[in-house]
Amino acid sequence: MLSFIGRRLLLAIPTLVLVSVFTFSLQKLLPGDPVLTLAGEERSPEVLAMLRHKYHLDDPAPVQYLHWIGGVLHGDLGVSLKTDQPVVQMIGQKLPITIELALLAMAIALLLGIPAGVLAATRKGTAVDLGANVLALSGISVPPFWLGVLMILLFAVKLHWLPASGFAPLLEDPVQNLRTMLMPSLVIGAALSASLMRHTRGAMLAVLRADYIRTARAKGLLAPSVVLKHAFRNALVPIVTLTTLLFGELIGGAVLTEQVFTIPGFGKMIVDAVFTRDYAVVQGVVLCVACAFVLLNLLADVLYVVINPRLRVGA
Amino acid sequence: MKRIALTLAGLLLGAAHGAEAANGLRIGLQEDPDFLDPARARSYVSRIVFASLCDKLIDTTPDLKFVPALALSWTWSPDNKVLTLKLRPGVTFQDGEAFDAEAVKYNLDRYRTLPESLRKSEVASIDHVDVVDPLTVALVLKQPDAALVAQLTDRSGMMMAPKATATGNPAAAPVCSGPYKLTERVAQDRIVLDRFPAYWNAGAYHFDRVTFMPIPDTTVRLANLQSGGLDMIERMAATDVKSAEADAKLQVLSVPGLGFMTLEFNVTGDNAKTPVGQDKRVRQAFDLAIDREALNAAVYEGRYTPGSQPFAPASPYHLDQPVPGRDVEKAKALLKAAGVALPVTVKMTLGNDTNTQQLGQVIQAMTAEAGFDLQLQTTEFATLLSQNGAGNFQTTMVGWSGRVDPDGNIHQFVTCKGGLNDMKYCNPAVDALLNEARAVTDPAARKAKYAAAMKIIQDDKPITYLDFEPRIFGAVKTLKGFVPHPDGMIRLQNVTLDR
Repeated sequence: MLSFIGRRLLLAIPTLVLVSVFTFSLQKLLPGDPVLTLAGEERSPEVLAMLRHKYHLDDPAPVQYLHWIGGVLHGDLGVSLKTDQPVVQMIGQKLPITIELALLAMAIALLLGIPAGVLAATRKGTAVDLGANVLALSGISVPPFWLGVLMILLFAVKLHWLPASGFAPLLEDPVQNLRTMLMPSLVIGAALSASLMRHTRGAMLAVLRADYIRTARAKGLLAPSVVLKHAFRNALVPIVTLTTLLFGELIGGAVLTEQVFTIPGFGKMIVDAVFTRDYAVVQGVVLCVACAFVLLNLLADVLYVVINPRLRVGA
Repeated sequence: MKRIALTLAGLLLGAAHGAEAANGLRIGLQEDPDFLDPARARSYVSRIVFASLCDKLIDTTPDLKFVPALALSWTWSPDNKVLTLKLRPGVTFQDGEAFDAEAVKYNLDRYRTLPESLRKSEVASIDHVDVVDPLTVALVLKQPDAALVAQLTDRSGMMMAPKATATGNPAAAPVCSGPYKLTERVAQDRIVLDRFPAYWNAGAYHFDRVTFMPIPDTTVRLANLQSGGLDMIERMAATDVKSAEADAKLQVLSVPGLGFMTLEFNVTGDNAKTPVGQDKRVRQAFDLAIDREALNAAVYEGRYTPGSQPFAPASPYHLDQPVPGRDVEKAKALLKAAGVALPVTVKMTLGNDTNTQQLGQVIQAMTAEAGFDLQLQTTEFATLLSQNGAGNFQTTMVGWSGRVDPDGNIHQFVTCKGGLNDMKYCNPAVDALLNEARAVTDPAARKAKYAAAMKIIQDDKPITYLDFEPRIFGAVKTLKGFVPHPDGMIRLQNVTLDR
């Protein structure tokens, strides 16, 4: 197992190098001059030249890349053009928030999506199945920013139950933190639970048709035991894949939801950074998200083996 | 289990207002400010934070008159080349360092010479600063600069503690002499200021803590105000005013601002080789096809102030000229006289935000009736900025946040070498008048120069002014004493809040 993990981690290095090259080059292709954005209403050529020089924007692109990647290898992702704050520090501030939001949303999605999927599969063609499908389709179709604004209007403006926004750090004020995280987690969780429900239902239906399930039933095993012990465990592999992928996407930032609820996470940071052409921040965040994806993929592979012992051969 | 769940839910819901300071004020901002160092700050929103954090040498009233702040008086020498400031005694910075003439010299020298300073062009006329005595400082100029006093009412006049600024990190931990000092900043989340007890006018400030929270979405900012999460918001959308006014717990405070919206025509270079770039009659026709009142009603629910000049209604330099009405027949006649083939194709670049796009669409419909085929090219802001700077446009719609002094609203846009003259308009007569306006300090004489320059500009028409943006603030009804200023800054002097 350890050599498997080691091999996968080694394979991640070229992936990350490619990601860094792509992010860097794609940004350079973007129209717009970061220095003009940085200088605001000041247009004196000397000031613009000084800013360009200070942030190495007057170097040829390959030199800029090497300068940046050299820093990355030393744990320095550069500084934000907007605030001069080290990007590492900014990521350190935002990452825990985004991970918390992702975990809460994922927990909601798993709690809603998997039982609904299992129920829909075991009661295929009934009103329960139809109801779960309708709910899932609505969850996928409703835009998160719209649902977010509606929830704010209902729970914050009308009922005064929850704050409309105003994030509080978990360690400073756990109650306020949960209060501000509840609505955004629900918005994201609702959308994710819909896809999870659809996938769980599909995987369960496939497994429930298998011969060994018929055998288990013929042997006289009780229905819950057949469904949960025999069918569900085998249906889990595609669900784990989907869950890790969805989680990876969430680490990339739930942009719209963070924007609506003013959660100071990755999504908001990257949108701001792209609009102000804050190159170092965009590159740092993308690299960080790529690392998260690589790790989550690895985690998924490890989980497959844990769930399905047959995969252990050759692992 | 059920009981635990109910207790938890009660705790979550019941703590509705538990997180706010007992005597605090929470203000919702449209963006997260950039550097909190006046030398390097560039955003409008950072100036709102500075209004509580950093005192300026001179301040302005709502009708844009100058009033003493850290400087008690200011006088020009007979040749208008020396500005002498008498300073307020007994003022200390937030770290205890004394405020005096040396501190003023330090700050102005810093704004003039710091490599990253974005204030350089604002104080470029200063040759050197002389400390006359501990409470008197003389600004010796290279040439007369009537706009300098107005510069000292904004970031160029903000004073920071010399020692802390020289040795610390002023962008992250600014030390000024304002009524509130910086306690905490979490990027994109909040800026917390706490009362500075030794402030020279501490009695006029009634909050122990002021928290600024950036909330970019206007609807969400308003929802926070309605739900009690905020006490005040800036830049309420004109389209939200009606619903805020309908809320019995809220008040809307508004004033016509200094900022204005313009259409600029590229008049030189490759992109100017079009009828609208070459012939002023075509530009005049384009202007005549626009109905500013209808534009205001359609896009801003009538909350903006239609205008045809860069000098705000509150400014003493506002020119007494009527806003031109729409005249399609005259526009058609001008196009005929110009001998251009109809429809005249005009490409216009504009920002991709909803209001700007709506403005573009309404202008498109209006100008079509006069014989124009206006093609809109919506562009994301950073791209628009750099395209305009490079002259890659035929016509562009751009706004300006506005300055107290008239010079800041016109000189750099229309003089031949003006830093913001993207349209590359050049008329020596305009240059001469605007340069002369810098050299005289008598307001009436200056105003005459601006009126003369505007007359030429209105005829050459490289730029069309559309409207003045109002500064709209929303607040809870219990907030008292707040006076909206045309500059949009939030001055908390004498503002109170009954909880």
